Amino acid sequence: MSITTAPPVIEVQAPSQVRRWVRELPLLPLLILVPFVLAAVFADFIAPYDPTEPVQGAKIFVPPFWMDGGSTATLLGTDFQGRDSLSRLIFGARVSLVVGLMGTVVAGSLGTAFGILSGYLGGWVDQAIMRLTDAWLALPALVFAIFLATVVGPSMWNIVIILGLVYWTRYARVIRGEVLSLREREYVQLAEIAGASRLRVILRHILPNVLNTAMVLASLTIGVVIIAEASLSFLGVGVPPPEPAWGLMLSEARSTLMAGNWWLTVFPGICILLVVLATQLLGDWLRIRLDPQQRNL
Amino acid sequence: MRQFIIRRTCYSIISLLILSLTIFTVVRLTGDPVTLMAEPGARPEDLARIRAEWGLDRSWPVQYANFVQNILTGNLGISFNYRMPVGELYFERLPNSLQLALAATLLSFLIGIPAGLLSAVRVDGAWDQAGKIVALLGLAMPGFWLGLVLILVFSVWLEWLPTGGKNDWRNLVMPSLALGWYFAASLLRLTRSSMLEVMRSEYIKLARLKGLPGYVVIAKHGFKNALVPVLTLAGVNLVVMVNAAVIIEVIFAWPGIGRLLYEGIFQRDFPLVQGVVVLAGVMIVFVNLLIDILYAYIDPRIRLTR
Amino acid sequence: MSALLLEVRGLQTHYFTFGGSRIVKAVENVSFTLGEGETLGLVGESGCGKTTTCLSIVGLLPPAARVVGGEIRLNGTDLTKMSAREMGRVRGSAIGMILQDPMASLNPLFSIYTQVAEPAYYHLGMRRRSLRRRVEELLRAVRIPSPAMRMRGYPHQMSGGMRQRIVGAIALAGGPKLIIADEPTTNLDVTIQAQYLDLLMDIQLETGVALIFVTHNLGIVAKMCDRMAVMYAGRIVEMGAVRDLFNAPKHPYTKALLGSMAKLGSKEPLFAIPGQPPDLARPPPGCAFHPRCAEAMPRCATQDPEDVECGPNWTARCWLPQRAAEVVHDRADA
Repeated sequence: MSITTAPPVIEVQAPSQVRRWVRELPLLPLLILVPFVLAAVFADFIAPYDPTEPVQGAKIFVPPFWMDGGSTATLLGTDFQGRDSLSRLIFGARVSLVVGLMGTVVAGSLGTAFGILSGYLGGWVDQAIMRLTDAWLALPALVFAIFLATVVGPSMWNIVIILGLVYWTRYARVIRGEVLSLREREYVQLAEIAGASRLRVILRHILPNVLNTAMVLASLTIGVVIIAEASLSFLGVGVPPPEPAWGLMLSEARSTLMAGNWWLTVFPGICILLVVLATQLLGDWLRIRLDPQQRNL
Repeated sequence: MRQFIIRRTCYSIISLLILSLTIFTVVRLTGDPVTLMAEPGARPEDLARIRAEWGLDRSWPVQYANFVQNILTGNLGISFNYRMPVGELYFERLPNSLQLALAATLLSFLIGIPAGLLSAVRVDGAWDQAGKIVALLGLAMPGFWLGLVLILVFSVWLEWLPTGGKNDWRNLVMPSLALGWYFAASLLRLTRSSMLEVMRSEYIKLARLKGLPGYVVIAKHGFKNALVPVLTLAGVNLVVMVNAAVIIEVIFAWPGIGRLLYEGIFQRDFPLVQGVVVLAGVMIVFVNLLIDILYAYIDPRIRLTR
Repeated sequence: MSALLLEVRGLQTHYFTFGGSRIVKAVENVSFTLGEGETLGLVGESGCGKTTTCLSIVGLLPPAARVVGGEIRLNGTDLTKMSAREMGRVRGSAIGMILQDPMASLNPLFSIYTQVAEPAYYHLGMRRRSLRRRVEELLRAVRIPSPAMRMRGYPHQMSGGMRQRIVGAIALAGGPKLIIADEPTTNLDVTIQAQYLDLLMDIQLETGVALIFVTHNLGIVAKMCDRMAVMYAGRIVEMGAVRDLFNAPKHPYTKALLGSMAKLGSKEPLFAIPGQPPDLARPPPGCAFHPRCAEAMPRCATQDPEDVECGPNWTARCWLPQRAAEVVHDRADA
């Protein structure tokens, strides 16, 4: 009694692990991010000029090279002090990416720690932390960051810490939810029964599982931190000059906007846009890849 | 519902406490509140006077009590620059900010929600794809940059709209667009996914089974359910808008509290800065509470429980 | 002699997936009739096509599915030829449907009154006081206590059993001649199930409505139904009076289903039917059941059987009975 007349199953050779991994990479975001990261890391070597000094022999407000009056010596034009835009953009990537990344790390660590404590310990600790989170969320993050920056005084590390302090709540909530469900898993309960100390359970079982979610959250919110940094710089309370920052460039460009020096406004903004877009797409990809059930995050 | 409201109000009070505590502690931990409250170039006698006037020589708990009391009575100090009580300045400028926020919210509702609903009803169509791209860009773009670009295009190049100030409706167009863009993008996304989820639900299936006309199923049963999560976003949005408003107001020279804050920072007018932050925080907590209460009215699941 | 309310002939419904490259033949040449006031049980495993058949009748197939052949005649009119708008008028008024999950069927944001009143509002044109009376009537018919008070309430205030009664009231609201119940008791507590079935039977006695009862539970079929149709792989493999099929099933699948019902107190082992239902995108040649059939003949592997009359109003789609009975050819077109 034969079953069906379906064609025989052909054994297909699985493509090598590496090739499959490569094919699954999110091309677009990486294509955007990699140049920026390279620019940030190798700025000293890539940038044609010193971003803080006016270019020798160039005028101020030189437009990009494809326009009238532009020159290929200063590809993207110069600013109000005659400094090369392209170099400033490249060095600006360093500030934005470093502050964005570090700020996210601080926020993520704080938030994850709080989330784990809240979710795992429960009881009044949970209540207290949750109320703290709610209250913190009610504050306008940026306004608060501005306030802190004003009081504390701007410097790169201050900004990193401030951004971390302001944005940790996003992590706390989500991680707490995850820990709540993790707590009921068998291997956690086994470890508890076996008498492992709470710290040990947290470190060995909860933390590694929560890291996935934390990473997805981080990549999704690093954009917000980058924009926050740009906003702070724009308002003059971010990373102080002469370090070029994209937000600062926008602020400087503002006064000459009416004169039509559009390149000083457009390019820094496009950089911010691209980096944030890329991180968001990367975050989306990570989220789907690491846990397809969390599509609705 | 009453319990819900009481609980939310308690949370709001706690938020306010934390807000005031944080501001209070930060100022004292990182600097001397006396020097901050004194104008630059103050003499020792002035410092002493300020210390006495604000009770800054007492112990911290007492100071804190004073602080809270001052806030409650609206005494937030005098702005160095304007020589007016901070509270008065704040409430003078507040209507302008509210106007802008309202216009921006309205605009984003008008753009985001219909676009989201349309995307959901015609999933994967041309409209949906366009919507997805617009949403992505909207969420990635810094609002203030959009503002600058709008000025560039509409004021400098096209000369259609004025660049700043507050004279007539034309001044409102660009700032509200720049301010509302992010929210419109969020709304689009949220409305779309919410609507999609609702359309897949069993009660929509049943509504169809009743033989209700298609538009009734979508409009009556679909929309109302889909918009419930959108309201919750409104609360979050308010906070985001206040943030972005600071810069937008600065760029467009809009005389609101955001700009006031900026002026305070720029001119090292500490009482002004502290006052604005406190008041803005209080306002947001309050508005969030109102939104929560509104939410309780709309969702019968909350309205009808004790 | 009951008049023929519903006549389904040669119904074929296919799902077109992956851009049309993969066609799942969910319902393949299904025919049955239903008289006024009758109860037909539609029985089978998950995925056999029971729900798709019902959705085809009410015209609510998902976008990927289409009725590709056959006709569905309700009081003589072919539903498959109707426009969406015409179908909308049939749904809710001539045909009501009860879905499986009472917790999800009702819209949480609208009152009970609104939801029950809708069919009466749209199909019967009732308004205000008469509408209110009608809703009260309906709630009383499904045995909801204090209907006037309850109708101002909301779904979340009600238990699963109550909600399912409300769903029943909604199905009745438009004054239908036919109610399709798709596993209405599966998600209810066992104690509530019997109550609900009794309710359905009482409603039938009162209103004379015909009932198609979809289930995989043969016990319910025995209690509720006059006739039953056993479905497998999108086909009706045996159909007839419940008594007849229970006593002497003709199709091996029916036999297996009945055999797999646990008999209280008996010492016979429970047995499940070995094998899996076929992939409906690539059904096996010949009889769809033959790979799992204990009595398969060589003919079964190559020729798809036709309906054989095994008695009055009793057909089985199998080659086995043909050896003993007359062959009745059932053509899809008259």
